[in-house]
Amino acid sequence: MDNARIDRIIESHGGEASSLIQVLLEIQGENRWLPREALKRVSDRLQVPLSRIQHIATFYKTFSLSPRGRHEVHICMGTACHVRGATRVLDAVQDLIGIGPGDTDLNLRFSLDTVNCLGCCALGPVMKVNGKTHGKLSPAEAVEVLKSYE
Amino acid sequence: MARLSSPEELEKFRQEAISMRDPARLCVSVCAGSGCVATGAGEVIAALGAELRKQGLEGEVDLKRTGCHGFCEKGPIVVIAPEEICYLEVTPEDIPEIVSATLKEGRVVERLLYVDPSTGERVTREADIPFYKHQERLVFGANRTIAPESIEDYLAIAGYQALAKALFEMTPEQVIAEVKEAHLRGRGGGGFPAGVKWEVAREAPGEPKYVVVNCDEGDPGAYMDRSLMEGNPYRVLEGLMIGAYAIGAHEGYIYIRQEYPLAVENLCGAMKRAEEHGLLGKNVLGSGFDFHVKLHRGAGAFVCGEETALLMSLEGKAGEPRARPPYPAVRGLWAKPTCINNVETWANVPLIINQGARAFTSIGTEGSKGTKIFSLVGKINNTGLVEIPMGMTLRDIIYKIGGGIPGGKKFKALQTGGPSGGCIPEELLDLEVGFDELTQAGSMMGSGGMIVMDEDTCMVDVARYFIHFLTDESCGKCLPCREGLRQMHKILSNITEGRGKESDIELLEELSETAAEASLCALGKTAPNPFRSTLRYFKGEYEAHIKEKRCPALYCKELISYYIDPEKCQACGRCLRECPAEAIDGGKKMIHIVDQEKCTKCGSCLEVCPPRFSAVRKISGEPVPPPIPEDQRAIVRKSKKQ
Amino acid sequence: MSEVRLQIDGKDVVTREGATILEAARSAGIFIPTLCHHEKLEPYGGCRICIVEVELRGATTLVVSCVHPVEDDLVVRTRSERVDRIRKTLLELMLAHAPDSPPLQELAVEYGADKDRFEKEASFCIHCGLCVRYCAEVVKKNAVGFVERGTRKEIAFIPEIAARECPTCKECLPLCPTSYLQAAFVLTEAFAFRSVSSEAAPEE
Repeated sequence: MDNARIDRIIESHGGEASSLIQVLLEIQGENRWLPREALKRVSDRLQVPLSRIQHIATFYKTFSLSPRGRHEVHICMGTACHVRGATRVLDAVQDLIGIGPGDTDLNLRFSLDTVNCLGCCALGPVMKVNGKTHGKLSPAEAVEVLKSYE
Repeated sequence: MARLSSPEELEKFRQEAISMRDPARLCVSVCAGSGCVATGAGEVIAALGAELRKQGLEGEVDLKRTGCHGFCEKGPIVVIAPEEICYLEVTPEDIPEIVSATLKEGRVVERLLYVDPSTGERVTREADIPFYKHQERLVFGANRTIAPESIEDYLAIAGYQALAKALFEMTPEQVIAEVKEAHLRGRGGGGFPAGVKWEVAREAPGEPKYVVVNCDEGDPGAYMDRSLMEGNPYRVLEGLMIGAYAIGAHEGYIYIRQEYPLAVENLCGAMKRAEEHGLLGKNVLGSGFDFHVKLHRGAGAFVCGEETALLMSLEGKAGEPRARPPYPAVRGLWAKPTCINNVETWANVPLIINQGARAFTSIGTEGSKGTKIFSLVGKINNTGLVEIPMGMTLRDIIYKIGGGIPGGKKFKALQTGGPSGGCIPEELLDLEVGFDELTQAGSMMGSGGMIVMDEDTCMVDVARYFIHFLTDESCGKCLPCREGLRQMHKILSNITEGRGKESDIELLEELSETAAEASLCALGKTAPNPFRSTLRYFKGEYEAHIKEKRCPALYCKELISYYIDPEKCQACGRCLRECPAEAIDGGKKMIHIVDQEKCTKCGSCLEVCPPRFSAVRKISGEPVPPPIPEDQRAIVRKSKKQ
Repeated sequence: MSEVRLQIDGKDVVTREGATILEAARSAGIFIPTLCHHEKLEPYGGCRICIVEVELRGATTLVVSCVHPVEDDLVVRTRSERVDRIRKTLLELMLAHAPDSPPLQELAVEYGADKDRFEKEASFCIHCGLCVRYCAEVVKKNAVGFVERGTRKEIAFIPEIAARECPTCKECLPLCPTSYLQAAFVLTEAFAFRSVSSEAAPEE
């Protein structure tokens, strides 16, 4: 992501230091991860120490400091999904793609994350792939869904 | 659109909006809350649009995309006014028939109606469905009549009437007095009287003052704030502005989870339209009162629901709570008096101003007035959002509204109050819902999650699950929360994995005390609740795990084995094909056997074993019977024997 | 600024409004143990070891003295059975990280804390935050900061800043109650300083 684009995002927030999280959210939204160079640029422009930016970029779950896979898999671990067997779905997905929550595989095919509640409790257990919701999944069905993503 | 600059202009505009609506006109409303969108509401709406054109009804019938109706179990939901015919689980394939039969000929499509499972009768009108019939939808009910992009829809149902009343007929002190008299308690978890908080903020020295909407709804299994924000953002804004006027604030912030994109979108649209109509911004309704609001998206941290952490986040910092006192109402955002309430609390304010404190307090219990929205989820037939008068019993919520437990299973516990809430057992189901009542039972109201658990749920695992959640979401600033929860999670994991020791319970109790007494914020202080309440009501399950290495609910993976009953196995081969670990040995007309060494306990075999055989079962706390000898594995068909 | 009168361990204490209980106690010569407190820094309230029992209008509660403001008629007890029990557990939780830390060992003797009560953790850091806060508030270089949250929270040097500022400063090193900061600094120096000093070097 080039500096001009980052500068435009910062300007759209009035260049205020308090808008730091909103600025990082927009960069994450467009670029899907936060390269260190981008953090340095934000630090310079907003006059916020890099140490604080690094804390924020690792404190909040939305941010990623490394490139993401082509397909983003989110498995809901909310309570409703949990009592309906989300752990078994997660186990099956981990076995299939060989990575744990928070990781991206080396071929950048999948990034796997758990989320605390997607608010689709009627559909539990729920898995979201690239924004599309798959509900009422058995472990075997979750595996079938993921096999269709290259 | 010219800005409305007096209450008279508002009334005139409202009357125009109402007069342009023909109550007899056909209007198809499709629930487009996140739950229904996930089940395909978008496709249903697209199909409806196309079908109306195709069958020549475009312009004759209104099509409305509304917020969440609440009955998420049966989405996508389509309601056809004026008769309020309610169709459930609608797919795009159903649309041609709905258009040709119902919209053109006035015939009801029977197969899409709700069927009462107890009587087998079909229910046509939405309000007659038992799920809705027992609710009192004072705050949430408007969702189904409003298209979030239409401020006219909101005005047509007396929207902004309360704001006009507050601004032109009441002093700020009178507004506060009314809210205090209504005894409105915070719906976000704490249950602190909102009027008292407002008064403190009004009287606290320091300018400017701020008002904040807390829409960082992070409790897993709770989504009522999202649905209110998605479906009726105007109402939240109206409540917020009344509060701002009462406190003397001219700036507000709405803190909303990044994970709720539709709520963000609908709120942004509502803010824009309110501003265009003079209902937000400078000189609101010509009253001289200015109010500006900013949206702040949360970046994913449960702890930011805690008000001081939320303020840190608004200031662009990591969401680590700070010590209270001073309370935010005295020293909050940028060290100025700041009043933070959650979405549902703000949404109750217009109701109180319109109808008066007396009407509000006529509903509820001694200590809890008005209604509360709960999200009823888990092992329940009718998953969804329910709004009930305070004082309804838990049993009525679960059985009358929720329709009981699916699959003929036995109820075990109701978990309320989010991760730091507690589990309420069967014997307390006649408890009346209220802030103090739930706290006395060892749980809490929290933001309103109600997760139903049945006999298949292990209560030790539930405690482990919540403590794990909180370990993950702890900000890490203070020691009793960060390190105490880390140790509690390790001990609980040991217990569920069969490595529990008898001294563990005492150690967990000590760590609970430390976290509850010494933590910096409410997250840590309430974190031991899931352990404490499950120990209080389900001690036997802890003892079974620790002493007998047995999971009574047959849930904990390390303590169970899957076993194929040789008497029942019919060698259908389903489990053999489905087993991802190749742990099943079998063949044609040969009794199948689970290789316990290879089994990963994924449960696929149990799931696929046809119910008429029911050969696979789970065993815990006792040894698995040895595999049947090879020479006895051949199956002799019963039919041949007879 | 008006005065506040309170009682600490039976002794009448007069202090300024807005002071913390810890400040009032120290001004009266009463000892309360602390680990994350530093006079040059803003009160933090992280380690919670300075917890005390307070009584006001008949209600007894536990508060953390380094951040809790004084009030008239407050009755403070710096030791009690409950306070000692909680301090003991807090120490045991810290000793799981840093069993050999001298200040922790000293307090462990006083409160009867068992350093082997909990399984040992990999990191020595007890997250008092003295290094991070000192660098930000006093030296104003922000060369060391926190990363992550909850049980994954750690301190981390920012190589770009540390390479430039730390070699001539190192004021934070003696503040660390365990040896973790020293170790983290040495590791950063060994692995990251060179790569940031030559612009051409790729990240990490």
